Parts: sequence; C-alpha cells; structure tokens
Amino acid sequence: MTGHAQQAGQFLKNRERAAWHDETLWIVRQKRDKMARAVPEWEDLREQASQIKQHTLSELDNYLVQFEKQAQKNGAQVHWAGDAARFNEVVSGIIKENNATKVVKSKSMLTEECGLNPFLEKKGIGVTDTDLGERIIQFREEPPSHIVMPAIHLKKEEIGELFHEKLHTEKGNFDPTYLTAAARVHLRQKFLEAEVAITGVNFAVAETGTVVVCTNEGNADMGVHAAPVQIHCVGIEKMIPRMTELGVFIRLLARSATGQPITTYTSHYQRPKPGGQMHIVIVDNGRSEHLGREDYRNALKCIRCGACMNTCPVYRRSGGHSYGSVIPGPIGSILAPHSHIKNYNDLPFASSLCGSCSDVCPVKIDIHDQLYRWRQDLSEKKRISPTKRHTMKIAGKILAGSKMYDFSGKMARWGIKNLPRKLVYNRLNVWGKERELPEVPKESFKQWYKRTQQGKGGKNGQG
Amino acid sequence: MNLKNLQIGLFIPCYIDQFYPQVGIATLELLQKLGLDVHYPLKQTCCGQPMANSGAEKEAISTYKNFIQNFSPFDYVVSPSSSCVYHVREHYNILEQTDEVKKVRQNTFELCEFIVDILKTDDLKIEYPHKVGIHQSCHGLRGLKLGSPSELVTERSSKIHQLLSKAKEIEIIIPDREDECCGFGGTFSVFHPDVSVSMGKDRLSAHLRNGAEIITATDMSCLMHLEGIARRQKHNLKAVHIAEILNSNRL
Repeated sequence: MTGHAQQAGQFLKNRERAAWHDETLWIVRQKRDKMARAVPEWEDLREQASQIKQHTLSELDNYLVQFEKQAQKNGAQVHWAGDAARFNEVVSGIIKENNATKVVKSKSMLTEECGLNPFLEKKGIGVTDTDLGERIIQFREEPPSHIVMPAIHLKKEEIGELFHEKLHTEKGNFDPTYLTAAARVHLRQKFLEAEVAITGVNFAVAETGTVVVCTNEGNADMGVHAAPVQIHCVGIEKMIPRMTELGVFIRLLARSATGQPITTYTSHYQRPKPGGQMHIVIVDNGRSEHLGREDYRNALKCIRCGACMNTCPVYRRSGGHSYGSVIPGPIGSILAPHSHIKNYNDLPFASSLCGSCSDVCPVKIDIHDQLYRWRQDLSEKKRISPTKRHTMKIAGKILAGSKMYDFSGKMARWGIKNLPRKLVYNRLNVWGKERELPEVPKESFKQWYKRTQQGKGGKNGQG
Repeated sequence: MNLKNLQIGLFIPCYIDQFYPQVGIATLELLQKLGLDVHYPLKQTCCGQPMANSGAEKEAISTYKNFIQNFSPFDYVVSPSSSCVYHVREHYNILEQTDEVKKVRQNTFELCEFIVDILKTDDLKIEYPHKVGIHQSCHGLRGLKLGSPSELVTERSSKIHQLLSKAKEIEIIIPDREDECCGFGGTFSVFHPDVSVSMGKDRLSAHLRNGAEIITATDMSCLMHLEGIARRQKHNLKAVHIAEILNSNRL
C-alpha cells in the first residue's frame, strides 16, 4: 500500500474517532447544501465565479501589475516573491527592519505552504497563530488537517487537556465556551504585545489595490488594528478584477465552506493606518509554472473553501494528515503533485473518482478529471510502482482480445470455485480481507449466449 | 425512426460476463421484449477502464480498439453498466476520433437512459413487491447525469427512480446520504482497501437502517463490493442489478 492508503488505514483503526470525523464533516456538507439551496441562482453563481477566475487567470500578468500600482497609490508597499525561500526572506526582512520580535498571524495557507513559522522561529521571532484552530495545532506542533477547520481532527476533550497544560485551564473542563474564553484572554495579550501582524488574503482586487480577508473570529482585524506593521501574504492566483466581482465570491465562499451565508468578518484592507506600514507580499512559488499547464490550470481557481474536503468520502474517512501535503483532500491531491511529484505521487489515487468534489466546488474546478489526468501523467512518467505498471500492462494484453480474455476468465472462475478457501483468501488477496468474492456462476454470459442464443435463427440468433 | 429496425449491440462488461451472467441475460431479455434487434458480438472483452483508472490509459488502447471494432456496426450500443458507458463516452477521447470512434462514443448508452431517453418509455409493467434501496452509482449519477446529484442546486430528477417508481408494490428506500459513493472505485477497492471497505460498510448500514431488503444499482461493480461486504458480515441484504428488476415484467 502507498503512503496515503497506509495512513488512512491507521486513521480508520480508531473506529470511533473515524466515524466521528466523518459525521462531523458530513454535517458541514449538509449545512452547505441547505445554504446553497437557499440561493436559487446558485448554479449561475458558480458558473460566473468560474468564468471570472478563468478570465483573471488568462490576464493575470496585467491584473497583477494593475493591483501593484493601485496598492502603491494607496500607500501600501508591494513586494514580490518568486518562491518560498524568497517569501520567507521578504517577511523576515520587514520584521527585522522594524526591530520586531513579536508577531501575530491570522490564518494563511500560503504561509503554511512556505514554512514561514519555522523559518521565523529559527531567527528568534515568535509567531502566534491567532485563529483558534490554528493556535490549537500550533500548541500541538502539528500541521492543519483541514484548510478551513485546521483542528477538526481533535475532540473537545483533547483541547481541554491541551489548554490545561498550555493555558492552565481547569483540569477536566472541556466546555467549548469555557475553553474559547480562555483562548480569548490568552490571545488578547498576544494582540496587545504584537509589533507586526501577518494575514493571509482571500481576494485581491486589482482595480482598487484592496486585499480582502474573511474570518469568523475577527482575529485578522485584531492583529492588523493593534500592530503598527501589517503584512498581507497573497498568492498570485487570488486576484480578481474589480470590486463588483467580489460579491459573487463572497456569496459562494462561506456558504460552501461552513454553510454560513457570510463569514462574520469580511475585512477590506486598503491603506496603512496613520503612522503605520502596510506591506503586501505577492507570491508565485510554482503558480506561474502551474498556470502554464493547460490541463491543470483550472485548479488555480480555488478559493480555499474546503467544500471538496467536507464532501469527499475518502477525506472524511482518512483525515487530513493522511495526505501529508499542506492542502489535503481532493484539491490538495491535484495541487500537491505540481510542487513535488515524487512526494505526492500517491495522492491522485486517493480517490474513488466519485466526482462529488467537482459538483460541490463553487468555482467549478474539474477536480476528479484532474485526478484521473494526474494518474495518466504519473504512470507516463513512471511515477507509479513497477508492480502496478506491469499488472496493468498484462491486464491490457489480456483484455485486448477475446481469446486471452475468455481463457483468463475461465481460469479465474475455476480457481475461485475449486481452490481451497484458504488459498483463495490468502494474505495477498486484498479484496478478500473484508469482502467475499462473487459467487461463481456455472457459466459465463458468453457461454450461456453461445449455448442458448446462437443458431436460434431469426432476429436475435447471431453473434 | 422505427426502433424495430435498429441494430442494437449488447455490451456486457467483463466482470458481469464472468461473475454475473444473470445480469447480462436480464438485459438481453428485456431489450428483446421491448422489440429490439439485439446482437452480442462474441469478440468483445472490456471497456478498458481497469487499466485507465490506474493511470495506464496507454495500456488500454488495444482494448478500446477492440471495443470500437466490435461495436461500430451498430446503431446503438446498450450496456447494463453506467461506469463502462461513461468510460467509453468520456475517455475514448485519446483514440484518433475517426467516424467510427465518434459514432460509438455517441451511441453507447446505459440501459436505463436508453429506455427513458431513446425508447421514451418508463412504464415497463413491473410488479416488484420488495423494499428496494437505490444505490446511485457515481459514474451514472455524476458522469452520465442519470439523475441530479445532491451537490447541485437543480431540479431533482432520476431516471432510475422514474423507472422503478412505476413498478407495482415496490417500496423504494432512500438511504441516508442519498448519493454517497460506495467506495468501490475500480482498482481503488484494492489499492485503498481500508477506506474502500469503510465506505462500503457505511453505505450498507444506511440502506439497512432504512429497511432495504434489496439493494440495486446501475453498476454491478458497486453491488459486487457491497454484496461482498454484506456476505462477509452475514447481512441479509440481497444485491440485484436494476436490469434484473426491470426484466421482472410481463410485457
């Protein structure tokens, strides 16, 4: 078994937790359904969003330059980073210039992708993640398991214990309201001390040079308003042309993500506060190259709502960590191989190709088709196991003509029927570990057809 | 168009041929009862999906070509498998698009959609006094659009329900999470066995919880997987392909 299959197997060993994880995320999917169905023009919105993104990606160079000009006009400082290393240098450079050591950060998958936290920590800069879920996993020193609900793999009891250890809450108290209040007190202090606030960006509006950040906790605002220096980190694919288009995405984002009509806060940041600094770091990190791959370009439309994770029956039953990539689930499985084909060559296979992800996606990314395409590309590049490759080669030969096929079918049926059960259900029979093989009929359809239909004459009597 | 003059090619997928001949027989009998001229080309094998789903599309090309060769003479190709039909329509795009290839791709139909969309009928005069849980095979539902998937905000429809609801005395059971995947997924079922089985178990309980005695689908592969788990767990749930139910008529 490959990496993901093995990790998923581990996850499923704790049946109770796995069932709880599955059910919890299914509830989110149901909330999404309810919200989506309350918008009669939902499918039109998806189509619009998809086309806006399509257009923006096709003219991305122009929109990026327009965005930079506008942002500079607004008084923001714009930086460009070609890759993760450069990005980390730029951010740490800004922090150093301001002689800062205390940084708060609201949720940003981009900074996860670039490994900003460990980079800054090595330089002696303390970063506090201020999103509650992010703070929890930061305490636990583990990566997020979901892009919208980073600590969804944990139960409240575990968080109660963690907070008892880290924040000295009462032992055994895992009441969510109590724990949230404790986190709030802890984070307030961090906000007050912070010299620099970092945020991710949901949308960057080229027309106005605005960055838009959507949160439920208001933590991005707490950080930005309290700290003198604000840094917004944005991937190049987050551009949208104009403010009028923002509404399309805002209507789709929270409904798709958590089944809310809108996030509690939709914050527009446009200019630095009096006496403060506003920095925007625009990051490529492989995106331009991805943009050049036409078959996969659609994936750059992603607005990181996580709906494909909540709907994915594989994700729900294997947990985000089983993917081993920064972004897990269906969208992660088509994004990750772009960054490192060898490390993530198993992810496009971590799907039954049911297609639910593509239908739930608010920007209509053809996720399951891309999974299929990746499989072909990985095989072509000899990135799948030699055993699998050879098996498929043999299967291809057998199924190419009826002689080999008829013979092999007969052998297989004979084997299942006549060999001792122990031999048929051997260690290598993965199917048979928890499933019975089909009962063997006395003849195949073809044999039946030849016996009963051929030579009958008339309309249906020929082969 | 006089349907009686049409030449129908019957495609029986490899695993149905080998393990579920009764499904092939039901399909053939049903089409014949509907007055069609049905032919079963003896040199057919498989649609090629097992290789392609595993990433070895190139290794499937000879199988694709064999399919085209066997079925290009027919006006329509009908098959009791939404997954295989979807594969022919969607993934034979890597072949050179000759007239033959285009014709076969356009004219290959899953049994239910052929009956509803081409024969334009849905009342097959069936009597089926059972509690039948409908499993919506993903390739039929989201690929061939035999119905409206629960993710989409569209008018609800389903050709399978349309056909089955006409049956007398049938009780249609809708499982919780009405169209979640069963976890078969072709070679996924053996390369990701733990997740695959876990999905299958959940599907089974969703049907059992709601009182299904029989579980049906447009794909025997989903049913092979579900039935395999049910038999191992000694559940009293029978898997019956939709062709068998539709053929229980007295036309």
